[in-house]
Amino acid sequence: MAATKPVGARAPLATTSWGRTGRVSARSTNVIRVCFVLGAAIIWESLSRSGLLFRDVVPSLVAIVASMGKLLVNPAFYANLQVTAWEVAASLAIGGVAGIVVGIVLGSNKFLARAYEPYVYYLAPTPRIIFFPVMIMWFGVGIASKIALGALSCFFTIALSTAAGMRGIDKVLIRVGRTFRATPWQMATKIYLPAMSAPVLNGVRLGFGTAVITALLAETKLSNQGLGFMVMQIYARFDMPTLYGLLAIVFLIAGLGNLLLGKIAGGART
Amino acid sequence: MARAASPLMTRGLPIAVGAASVIGVFGLLEALLRLGVVNRYIVPLPSDVLLSLERIIVEENVLARMRETAYEVVMSGLFTILVGVPIGAALYRWRPLRRALEDWVAALAAAPLVLAFPLFLVMFGRSSTTVIVMSVITGLAPMILKTTEGFVATRPVLINVGKSLKMTDSQMFWKILFPSALPLIFTGIRLSWTFVLISVVGIEFLINLGGLGQLINDLAERYDLPGTYAAICFVILVSVVFFVALERLETWLQPSR
Repeated sequence: MAATKPVGARAPLATTSWGRTGRVSARSTNVIRVCFVLGAAIIWESLSRSGLLFRDVVPSLVAIVASMGKLLVNPAFYANLQVTAWEVAASLAIGGVAGIVVGIVLGSNKFLARAYEPYVYYLAPTPRIIFFPVMIMWFGVGIASKIALGALSCFFTIALSTAAGMRGIDKVLIRVGRTFRATPWQMATKIYLPAMSAPVLNGVRLGFGTAVITALLAETKLSNQGLGFMVMQIYARFDMPTLYGLLAIVFLIAGLGNLLLGKIAGGART
Repeated sequence: MARAASPLMTRGLPIAVGAASVIGVFGLLEALLRLGVVNRYIVPLPSDVLLSLERIIVEENVLARMRETAYEVVMSGLFTILVGVPIGAALYRWRPLRRALEDWVAALAAAPLVLAFPLFLVMFGRSSTTVIVMSVITGLAPMILKTTEGFVATRPVLINVGKSLKMTDSQMFWKILFPSALPLIFTGIRLSWTFVLISVVGIEFLINLGGLGQLINDLAERYDLPGTYAAICFVILVSVVFFVALERLETWLQPSR
């Protein structure tokens, strides 16, 4: 007689590789990361040495690292970095302040939000670089036009994040402020800004990314200084290892800036 | 008892005020320009910009340019889905891989990748291929991240139902996981296609090639002020219509949300 299952016993679940849970150790994560980087490096170097591709398109990693070293001891790199950093900082300061003010106004007044927020919301995902000719006409070909374009880029993201953060503030805090007859300035500095620091900082982090991209792209289009200008100069010389090296350094700097702002935003959240 | 405000007052009035303010700002600008307070060599008359819209549509071959931009956007968008969804699914399936690489993919989304356009010019030449490849790379990160997020958000009870029915890996994917992840995959498509449009128009403008981006560059180089402003307004209009259409499509495809 075949064995029968006891009544009420659970049938074993099918073993499937989907939906598995469980801890992944930090060590295995690091091993995968190292393997990924090494694998990519080996594939790159093999392609470079194979002769299958034009050598200048895929230069040797040794040449790229050497060019990065040369860039890091080149005073021109730091001069251009300083210009770009100044442009991004000024963009973020102007666009950030304007974005926070507009965000607070839109977030605190339903009527104004319904009247004007759709314009901010739908203009936010438009390609900002197309405004560059207008910025050149208004502010000239110097760094002012790059700052204006960067400020315009980060304004929308910061304004929308601030408005959303404003609407998320606990109503009790607002009532407490009103009970104490706080002035609009006191409400903004003592209640609104501290209560919505996390979404505002998150907006600033996203705004930083768009300001960096826009300022760099504007420099590639029309400029005589900055890292974007340096990229175009190197491209014109067809010095591919240095171009790869410079791009790697720029990505690293942008990534570190983003990481730092992310940590600050994370700290505000907790 | 307090009466509820009518929808016309709560919704219609603010919209009318918003539209009236925009028209008012342009009216004021027109007046300031005509009075000579603002320099016409820097800001053209809004009425001239409005009239130039017809001129650029007729004389600058806007429809053909739009077709070119649309082709690049659609191709880039489709490649983004074809590449991004499988990578997102793979990151969900192999958790250690997700733990190791998810942060890097997120960092990719914030990196100024478009700055690498000179590299792609060397690789693919000054052609649509450069625009498409760069735009795919730009739109890939949100597609991957939202796809993974969609799979991760699958309710465990659904996975357990699949397991108790002894579903195979393939059945589990197509009958449980993929349908469950679809809403967030659509969000990923909306985000990545928005990134793609920004990238396509931006690169066209930067390398002076092809569709709507080149139109702005051409007109600016000719110092055709009303034309440049009209072309910028036109591109903004196209972007807004594209964005609204994506939003509507997303809502239509997932009515439960």
